[in-house]
Parts: sequence; structure tokens; C-alpha cells
Amino acid sequence: MAAGSPPLPSGKVTIPFYRDTRIIAIIVQIVFAIAVAALLWYLYSNMMNGLRQANLLPTFAFLSVPASFPIAESVIPYDPSMTYGRAFLVGILNTVRVAVIGIILATILGLILGIARLSDNWLLRNVALVYVEIVRNVPLLLQLIFWFSLTRLFPRIQESIDVGGLLYLHNRGVTLAWPQAASDFGAWMVWVYGGIVCGVVYYVIRRIQFARRDRPGVAMPQAFLIALGVAVIGFFTTYFVYGAWPVSLSIPELQRFNFVGGVTVTNSFAALLVGLVIYTAVFIGEIVRSGILAVSKGQREAARALGLTPGQTMRLVILPQALRVIIPPLTSQYLNLTKNSSLAVAIAYPDLFYVASTINNQTGQAVPVILMLMASYLSVSLLTSLFMNWYNRRIQLVER
Amino acid sequence: MATEISRPTSRRAPRQQIGLIEWLRKNLFSTWYNVIITVVLLYVIVQTVTSFVSWMVTAPGWSAAFTNIKLLLTWTYPVDQLWRPQAAMALVMVLLGLSSGLWGGIVRMVALGAAAISVALGFVAFTFPDLPGQTSLPGWLFMFICAVLLVGGDQLARLVGNKVRWPLIIAWLLAYPAVILILRGGIGLPVVETKLWGGLILTLILAVSGIVLSFPLGVLLALGRRSSLPVIRTFCVLYIELIRGVPLVTVLFMGALLLPLFLPGGESIDALVRAVIAVTLFSAAYLAENVRGGLQSIPKGQVEAARALGLNVVQTTLLITLPQALRAVVPVLVGQFISLFKDTSLVVIIGLVDLLGAAQNIVGQPEWLGTPGGVWRETFLVIAAIYWVFSFTMSRISKRIEDQIARSRH
Repeated sequence: MAAGSPPLPSGKVTIPFYRDTRIIAIIVQIVFAIAVAALLWYLYSNMMNGLRQANLLPTFAFLSVPASFPIAESVIPYDPSMTYGRAFLVGILNTVRVAVIGIILATILGLILGIARLSDNWLLRNVALVYVEIVRNVPLLLQLIFWFSLTRLFPRIQESIDVGGLLYLHNRGVTLAWPQAASDFGAWMVWVYGGIVCGVVYYVIRRIQFARRDRPGVAMPQAFLIALGVAVIGFFTTYFVYGAWPVSLSIPELQRFNFVGGVTVTNSFAALLVGLVIYTAVFIGEIVRSGILAVSKGQREAARALGLTPGQTMRLVILPQALRVIIPPLTSQYLNLTKNSSLAVAIAYPDLFYVASTINNQTGQAVPVILMLMASYLSVSLLTSLFMNWYNRRIQLVER
Repeated sequence: MATEISRPTSRRAPRQQIGLIEWLRKNLFSTWYNVIITVVLLYVIVQTVTSFVSWMVTAPGWSAAFTNIKLLLTWTYPVDQLWRPQAAMALVMVLLGLSSGLWGGIVRMVALGAAAISVALGFVAFTFPDLPGQTSLPGWLFMFICAVLLVGGDQLARLVGNKVRWPLIIAWLLAYPAVILILRGGIGLPVVETKLWGGLILTLILAVSGIVLSFPLGVLLALGRRSSLPVIRTFCVLYIELIRGVPLVTVLFMGALLLPLFLPGGESIDALVRAVIAVTLFSAAYLAENVRGGLQSIPKGQVEAARALGLNVVQTTLLITLPQALRAVVPVLVGQFISLFKDTSLVVIIGLVDLLGAAQNIVGQPEWLGTPGGVWRETFLVIAAIYWVFSFTMSRISKRIEDQIARSRH
């Protein structure tokens, strides 16, 4: 019986290479890399073949060719005689414009909504709930098209709907009063710079004091208040001496065919902004709500027991801790808003995607256009997340 | 001598419920600012509701949505073949009912949700007109039958018990191809080209395909991202972050423009297939991140215990970590399904006609040109209601499942 059994290994056990996990790991990775590379090469060569036959080899040369299509609104000067590259830049800036304004407004509305959902007022709480449940269960695109169609019901410019004399709705868009800098605006800025200098000096001095006493302390809010105070006092004294403000509110006035003064935005932009803000605010509201709920009840009770007022409790204890929970999901909502702004194409707002697809239709250069499109969205996303991650790290709990 | 025991007179517990006045004071008028908020809100609500209701009653355009309900639900799917979408849906309902009876728990909640949607749509469908040459059941009858199939399947599976387990699993695996086969035709059935598909059916097909087809890819990506092999991990991270960094529209656009270029003779790829591929590739990245969340929630001890018991890496993943992780992410996946369901409306931009596209077409029909202000408000409200019923029901299901999982942990 013993004769049949294999001899016991003597000395060092050698494992055959096909059972060694380290070697298997390397082999698996090499095979995987080769497979991916082969697939990509296959797709790439197919594509190049097809494009060569269609005589459309990818090139970026079209970027310096005149675009010859108009864009309804632009942050920078643009006309159809400018290049495709310029048109693309206009698209990027239009996306950034709607994203930045949208993020600010959605944050404010979301904050209000989140607090309203936690209100002790039954009616307010439930109105907020109904708003949330209606808005988040209907596709954003449908909402955008709805708002856009609504703006087209607005009357002709001569019969604009007047909201308090500061806002006019008409079929060419929305005209609203807008602050306008006076010609001597630069001179007034002296007070702002002075305020900032005072604030920085105060901040540095306090920091040095804290370091000497080896105790932690808060100096930022006071420094901010000092800067603001200096600027405001400076502005008021200058006003009393000089008798004019540096900024005036430019109020739109209806002339025969158009508005003079104020700022007019197209109805595409207005509909896109309203749609994005209303939709994103719902998600931000839920994030704020769950952030506040995530701070344990004991924190509030302890703060109250230590004699902090309700305001101080909210400001110094609840909000800083809630913020830690809020920031990461908030970042992804900001990114969502930016990406969702690409739906503008359905309501003719000339954003990045709209301009890119127009360029593609005119030049047939699908590959370069898609590459540029994706690179732009990726860099906007990357920049936003870098900033938010930096902010997130700043407010994270520093543990020993 | 008779002793007299004095019974202690018991007092009743203080009243728990508070009166109406008390409730109003506590919930609406507790402080001066709450009084202001309440009054202002009441005014706004009354104004909004009355003007909305009076508009609804007098609006001229409701007939646009209701005479065209066939277009909204199935777009240009041939009228004489309409029994096929109904058969496909009935098949899914039976399977769902049986699973609900067999497994209970989470599956039962999903089935309940589906039954609720059917009943709700059934009531809506009372107003649907019958089409000439229609070979299918009237809409309302069909929706109620769906609900009956769900409940019937549930009861049947409870009676039969575990015997249906394996047949049911196999039936589910075959369900997706079977549904596509029924809708598209081929073996014995006349072929219905996908360019005729549209409306709610297309929305549902895209959303379900997005989840079902992206599932294997998403799980692999999630595992790959947590792998210890750097090449595979890097690839997965790059893929996931690339897709998550760009909007769905660009991925759809890529699918529509580049897919035909990538494959030899790709010009002939059907537009619907291109959209499905794009939605799948997009959805897989998000699904991977959700599954990764589930994988991270598994305590390390589970893996260590499995390895100590002699299971190898593959066995540990398939038998220990993945089942637990997937169970934990079911609510998140329902959430993802909801957003995919809503996001599929973007295919309008690449020229497919889903529920939203059908509505836009109806609004543009020449016969409504005479209606002052157009019929878009009424039509969009109707489809918003359809979207809403689906999403809201699913979000309730997701919430219930979440609560159940949380409870089972304690």
C-alpha cells in the first residue's frame, strides 16, 4: 500500500508556476492588457478604415475655419465670421455661466428647502415635502421643455408682464434690473482693499496670539467682519461727503421696440436656469436635511446644557458637524447640475453640447468633436471635484 | 367581623391625544413667525389650487393626450399586433407574482409596487378609446388583469412552494430575451421593426435593458476596482471615472455617431440597439460604484473567515461577499433604476421617440393648432403623471426595502 503513495517531498517545496498566485496574477494582467489593447486597436483600425473611405480622416484643422453659424447668446464677443474654435469656447463659457449661477441659486433654494422640511410648522414641512415628491419624480428634460414652452406663452415685448417694475417677462426672454458700476467705481474699491488689509492684519495677530498661548481659537469670522465693517463704513462716509453711490441699479425701461437698461437674458437661458435650479434644489434640500439629522441629539443637548444659546448651538455645534456629512454628496449634486446643463440642447440654449453637435453637423468631424466635448466635460468635473475635495479636507474632523 | 377593604380608586391615564385647537396651536401657530408662515402659505396654497383646478376643468386640450394614448404608450407599433406588448407584460407579471409568493420579503414589495402601478394605470385607462382593428384587450381590463396575475401568481407559488424554485430562476434568465422576441417577432411571428417601437414601451425597454444588461458589466467593474491587480484596477477606475465625468447625452451621442464607425459594416446597426448599448455602458459605471459601496460595507471578517475555511478567492467572492453586497445595495439599485427610467427621456435628443418624444409629436400635430395656447400643458401633464406614478411607486418600494434591511440587521 505504501508503495502506491507518492514519496514525501524532502527539503524545499517547489510549487509549479501555474499554481503560484504571484505568477498567475502577472499572467492574468498581461492577458487582460493585451485583450484590451487588441480590442481598442480593432475598433480604432475599423474606424480609420471607414473614415478613410468616407474621406473624413480626423483632423483638428477645422478649428481655425470660420464657423459661419450664429450663436444666440455669448459671454464673449462672437459672430459667424469667427472660427469653430471660438464657437466651441463660446459653448464652454455658456455652460460655465449657467452652471455657476445655477449652483449658487440651487444651493440657496436647497438650503431653504432642507430647513423647511425640518420645520416645526406642519404646513411648511408638508408643502416642502409635496414640492420634493413632485419635482424629483418627473424627468428633468420634461421639466425643461415645460418651462421653455411656458416662456413662449409670454406676450410681445410691448405688453411685457411687469413684476414690480424690476422684472419683465416677454417673448424674447426676461429683462431684469441689474446693478451697474459707476465710472469712478475703481476709486471706491480703495475701501474694499483697505478692509481686506485690516482683516488680514487682525487675523495674523490673533493667530500669533493663539500660537503663543498654545490654545486653539477662531479668528476667521471676526477678521471677515472687520474687513466688511471697514468697507461699509468707508462707503457710507464717502457717500455722505460725496453724495453718490458707486453702483446704481439700472432699471429697464420699455422704449418703442426694446428695453433700455437692465439685463435681458433669452428665454432658453431663463427656462434652463429655472429648470435646473428647481430640480437640483430638491436633491440639495434632502442632503441638507439628512446632514442636520445626522448630528446626534446629544450634541444639541450638550451644547444647550453648556449654556449656548439656540443660535450658537446651530452655528457652532450643529452646522459644522452637519457640513462634514453634507459636502461630499453636495459635490456630486454640483457635478450633476453641470452635466445636466447639457440638456439645454433640447431647448436651444447654445451650451457646450449644442455648439459641439452643430459643429459636428457642419464639419462631419465626429471624432475630434467628441474628444473635445468629453475632455471639456471631464475637466469641468475634475476642477469642481478638486475644489470641493480641498474644501472638504479643510472642514474634516482632525483626529489625533 | 367584616373587614372592609377599600379599593384604591384608580385614575385614568392622562389623555394622550390632543384636541384640534391644541394641535393647530402646536403645529401651525406656535410662535409669531410660524403664524406668519402659516397664513402666507395658506393664502398661496388656496390661490394655486383654485386657479389650477379651474384651469384643469376648463382646459381645452385634454383630448389631445387621450385620443392619442396609443401613440403615447406604443407609438407606431402596429395596431393589429398590440396583443404582443400585452403578452410580454403579462409574462413578466406572472413571473413577478410567482417570485413574490416564493421568496416573499423584498420581492413581494416589488410585486406589490407593480400591482399598485397596474391598478393606478388601469383606472386611468378607463378613458382610453378602442382602436379600429385592435386585437388586444382594452387598456383598463388589461391593467386589472395584470394586477390579478400578480396576486394569483403569488398565491399559487405559496401553495406549490419550493418546487417552482428552479423553473422560476430559469424563466427569469430567459425573460429578457423572451420579451424582446415577443415584441420584435421572428420565429413564426411577423417581424415588427424597432423603428416602429416607441412611447412608454421604449422608455421601459431602455430602462430595463440599462439595468439588466449593465448588471454583469457593472459587477465586474466593481470587483475590478477593488482588485489587488494594478492593471485591472487602473482600467476599471479609468472607465468608471471617464463615464461618470460626462453627461449621458454625450454617451448617447457617441453611441449614435461612433458605434457605426467602430464596427465593420456598422452603418446597419439599429438606432435602438445603439441607444441600448450607450445606456448600458453608461449605467454600468454607476452600477459599479453602487456595488462597490455594498462590497465595502461587508466586514473584513467575512472574507477572512471564508479564506480560513479553505475557500479560494473566486469562491469567496461568489459565495460570501457578492451575495451579501448585492443584498445590501438593492435599495440603491432601485434608486438607480428610477433615475435611469427618467434619464431615458434623453434619447429624444438622438431622435428616438420615447414617452416624451411621443408627447412632443402629439403637441405638434396640426389638428391642435387652433387650440389657443396649444395643447402642450395638458399633454405634458399627462405624461408627467405617468412618469410620476412609476417613479414614486418605485421610490416607496426602495424605502420599504431599506427599512426592512435595516431592521433585519438588529
